[in-house]
Amino acid sequence: MSDALFEIRDLRLSFPDLAHKPLFGSAPRIEVLKGLSFDIARGDVVGIVGGSGSGKSTLGRAMIRLLDVESGEIRFDGTEISQLGETDLRPLRRRMQMIFQDPMSSLNPRHTVARLIAGPLHLHGFDQIRARVDQALSQVGLPLSFRSRYPHELSGGQRQRVGIARAIATEPEFILADEVVSGLDVSSQAQVLNLLERLVSDMGLTLGFISHDLSVVRRLCKTTLVLHRGEIVEQAETAALFGAPTAQYTRDLLDAIPLPEVTPGWLG
Amino acid sequence: MADGRAAVKRRINPRLWLSGGWLMILVIAALAAPLLAPQDPLAQDLFASRLPPLWQAGAEPGFPLGTDSLGRDVLSRVLYGARVALIVALIAGSCTCVLGAGLGLVAGYYRGWPDMVISRLIEIWMAFPPVLFAILLIAVMGTGLTSIIVAIVVIDWTRFARVIRAEAMSQGAMDYVASAKVAGRGRFGIILREILPNVLPTIVVLLTLEMGIAVIVEAILGFVNLSISSDDPTWGSMIAEGRAAIHHSWWVLVFPLITLFLTVLSFSQLGEGLKDHFDPVLR
Repeated sequence: MSDALFEIRDLRLSFPDLAHKPLFGSAPRIEVLKGLSFDIARGDVVGIVGGSGSGKSTLGRAMIRLLDVESGEIRFDGTEISQLGETDLRPLRRRMQMIFQDPMSSLNPRHTVARLIAGPLHLHGFDQIRARVDQALSQVGLPLSFRSRYPHELSGGQRQRVGIARAIATEPEFILADEVVSGLDVSSQAQVLNLLERLVSDMGLTLGFISHDLSVVRRLCKTTLVLHRGEIVEQAETAALFGAPTAQYTRDLLDAIPLPEVTPGWLG
Repeated sequence: MADGRAAVKRRINPRLWLSGGWLMILVIAALAAPLLAPQDPLAQDLFASRLPPLWQAGAEPGFPLGTDSLGRDVLSRVLYGARVALIVALIAGSCTCVLGAGLGLVAGYYRGWPDMVISRLIEIWMAFPPVLFAILLIAVMGTGLTSIIVAIVVIDWTRFARVIRAEAMSQGAMDYVASAKVAGRGRFGIILREILPNVLPTIVVLLTLEMGIAVIVEAILGFVNLSISSDDPTWGSMIAEGRAAIHHSWWVLVFPLITLFLTVLSFSQLGEGLKDHFDPVLR
């Protein structure tokens, strides 16, 4: 058996273009993922980068089967999951979790923090749920007094920690983090990134980190996968990719990172 | 990590108390009608017909709100009428709510063909004039309490289904639903545990509105003599009788009308008050 957690072969996905649907017949389809193939090794931290509309979120959601795949293979730990139904997927759900971009809409506003974290635990038949919720809270650095709070009673950074606690509570092997720091201010960003870094090494997680922020990816990820218009442009070790990008698109992306340049005289 | 977000408390809503208070009084009046009513609501006394209410000249003790043209006590009839009104409000309101909200949730969350079927059904239903539809149904089923309730449910479920369908659609697109799916919850569980609590405030508002509407529909049916049997006191039939005698005995019309008005108003205000109360963001 290989040490790849995810093996993805020729993954294709398209959405119907309802704006151009003719009166009769079916709508033309917009290809979002155009035959992607790549592996994610166990314990890797993969940055998935690309411009908006490049298909990075769609790819992420297809990998953990939040979206139905048109064709191609997704092997998770050796199991082909691309065509599994919801019932067959359920036992696998424990092992792959997701952290969402906007914790305000991804945490049910009517559930308390304790219930939010306990939800996945109940569904997968865990015991000692109270203790596990407390453990997850302390792992993400939230006080236990937050158990009875509602999401709107938390700050943005605290909410995102609850989202992380919910994802790690079931002890998954893979976590997909979709733009998890884009909505946070800079200091919360740094805290959440430190937390993710620590969790990855403590729990031996494999992390898929979707972001459009290359400096964040450079800091956190071991390998990076560059996506452009539904195709993989480049996949390499982060250091190598940032040091010597081979694809023109990657070079353009890297050039677009704003660097602090202090012109002489600016400080008076 | 002390911050003010958890400490905000809202003060008690006066309209919740006013409307709740009135409905409470009404419930007690309906339950205790045999104890509270000064007269038998059906007893006729032609020698005591058209007595004015207590504070007017010519009134008789024992008939605080006067009598109608057959000498029946208006207060007693209003009290007994509350029984019919409240039974219809509670049973018809809840049945309509369960049927309509259930279909709305299914259509809004599942989309696809269940939505197609339910939406077309709603559109067809809404093309019927509701009161005529009710009268037609009662004419077919015969008068009686059950017929009234069935008629209201059959007509008004679309009111819930339309609104809850739209609400379920917008909630279904939220990330917390995707998050529940990732957590491994099935479709039915997502509807019941994730979406339903979030559409509950809307359901509560609609339910109380629907109770008010049920009271009105029952009154309309009573007005056209299609409610329960014509002897039994209902507010609608009292208003119909009072209308004929408005020139010489206004009280026969006015007292049931005021009671009806306050009851319907209270139901809708109760809904608004409860909505705020149920919302954790506003609580």
